[in-house]
Amino acid sequence: MSSGRVKVSGARNFLAHTPGLVRYGSKPTREIQSSDTAEAEILAGLRGYGQAAAYLPNVAYLGGFPPDNMWDVERPWYNKNGEYSRRHPYGEIMPEDEFYGVMRAGDDFDLLWLEESFNDEVRQKLLDHPYWSEGDLERLDKGTPLSQIEEQLAPELGNLPMYLQSGRLIGVINRAHDLDASLFSDVLLENLATKAAAVMATKTLLGDLGVEADSIPYIINCGEEAVGDRYQRGGGNLAKAVGEVCGCTAATGVDIKAFCCGPNHAIAVGASLVYSGLFERVLVVGGCSLAKLGMKYQGHLNNDMPIIEDVLAGAAILLEKQDGEGPIIRLDSVGTHPIGAGGAQAKILEELVSKPLKKLGLTFSDIDKYATEMHNPEVTEPSGSGNVPQLNYNLIAALAVRSGQLERSEMQAFTRKHGMPGFSPTQGHIASAIPFLPHALEGISGGELTRVMFLAKGSLFLGRMTQMSDGLSFIIEGDG
Amino acid sequence: MKRTAEKAGTEDLIVLLGTPNADSTELYAITMTEGDPAWAGALAGVALGLPVYHVTENEVKSQVDPDIYDEEIGIAEMVLEIDEIRESAKSVRDRVAAATT
Amino acid sequence: MDLRGKKVIALGERDGIQGEAIGKVAKSAGAEVVLEVTHCFV
Repeated sequence: MSSGRVKVSGARNFLAHTPGLVRYGSKPTREIQSSDTAEAEILAGLRGYGQAAAYLPNVAYLGGFPPDNMWDVERPWYNKNGEYSRRHPYGEIMPEDEFYGVMRAGDDFDLLWLEESFNDEVRQKLLDHPYWSEGDLERLDKGTPLSQIEEQLAPELGNLPMYLQSGRLIGVINRAHDLDASLFSDVLLENLATKAAAVMATKTLLGDLGVEADSIPYIINCGEEAVGDRYQRGGGNLAKAVGEVCGCTAATGVDIKAFCCGPNHAIAVGASLVYSGLFERVLVVGGCSLAKLGMKYQGHLNNDMPIIEDVLAGAAILLEKQDGEGPIIRLDSVGTHPIGAGGAQAKILEELVSKPLKKLGLTFSDIDKYATEMHNPEVTEPSGSGNVPQLNYNLIAALAVRSGQLERSEMQAFTRKHGMPGFSPTQGHIASAIPFLPHALEGISGGELTRVMFLAKGSLFLGRMTQMSDGLSFIIEGDG
Repeated sequence: MKRTAEKAGTEDLIVLLGTPNADSTELYAITMTEGDPAWAGALAGVALGLPVYHVTENEVKSQVDPDIYDEEIGIAEMVLEIDEIRESAKSVRDRVAAATT
Repeated sequence: MDLRGKKVIALGERDGIQGEAIGKVAKSAGAEVVLEVTHCFV
């Protein structure tokens, strides 16, 4: 097999700070239903925009602070508040009001009604946004009177009130069907939010790179949403819907689903499409996971922390034909987790890491940085879920020891040198390897990094159709 | 879980954990013995009273073919805080034993 | 504690020790595996 080099032209990360939506995360929703005190506790535990924007892992995610430097910033991080910016090199953290506006802008079925004065406020704010113009905001021409919104909230109608953190009622999400659970308001809210996050990541990428939207022929969406109806609950192709809002008039698209391993599969497939010559460029996008808002909130509140799972994330990556400049993905470096590998950790890692390295004649240390499950440990540790990136780095180091390339005593130094503290929001697929993409591209272009391995996993067993997990890895390096 | 326990009969039923740290080991051990500890989960109020061991404990490891153990578990043993994990599982068992005597 | 002849519920975690791995280990000790579950902490 040839080395299959494809240019990774750019990557962008997006965040929206959405405290008003935390109540609709899966765990908060269930707790609010079953406990008298949960709603008040959750609302009291939310933090404001300034804190979320100043929060170090969020800043790192958006390119405002090198993840590697986080080793030297003592935890806890959540109480280090200070100056903040909205926009960083790899993306922005959008306030919740504008994000509702983005959701509305992509709403073809009048599912989301925005209160009229709020509608006008956010329309103006989006007009001030560098990547939104008048033509994009038709759906925000006019809002809905508050009285009509309140009527929609009669309990038997099954619609969901939309709030800001302040408690202000600014809209309603309407169910699209009385009996089809796939079109109930909670599902539609999730899907509209995912679409909006993917749209923002795409607009940021195309806008920053100066790439014309109509030059994109193919879009692959790799998020964890399920768009469908009762006859096809996961029908999908949110990719095409996202492309439409972004003006990608020459594009069609497809969704690639593999739980958290979706993005890595999507990048491997997208790169192969470019390499084959079928498409000159492919856009890979992934929206947010609304269900994961406030997922571990109880652990946070029990430890006197604010609820730090209060952001929705999105990512976009552009793949193009190799041109001798800029970082490339090597298709001959792709490692997979074959079905026969079973559930033994050593075997899985051998397939994903050892085999590709051996094939390319590389050692474990030839990879400058491994990007693995990059979940922010400050989110996961208070509820007993441990430090996921560190565990994964330890496993890679242990694999190196078992391969005879490292001494046990060198393991800690190895993880420090070739790993990073976790900085990604716990937004499912978003945290799997790809948070580090924009950083890796910049580091490789600037010469600080030579080679980065992106190693993602997926928990297929969650869907109860198989006991297996999944994984896929690839290496990105300089061209030349 | 409850369905399996009921179907299999709790006599001769043992739980083996593969949890990666002391916290989660304790949480799952308590859940399988006393029922869901903190919140309303699937096992709330259901005391299964099952014996729980972590797969890395010597009581388990000593009974396993060493090659198979190394293949399936060896690498995890190198990176997990095995002492803390073992202590976590044992302390839950001790607590349950003390409460029932 | 003797695993031989016992019935085992195997509860694993994806990035640690997966349910299937625990199951293999239990079988080699002579137990019957009645349930294998792997959790995902993230």
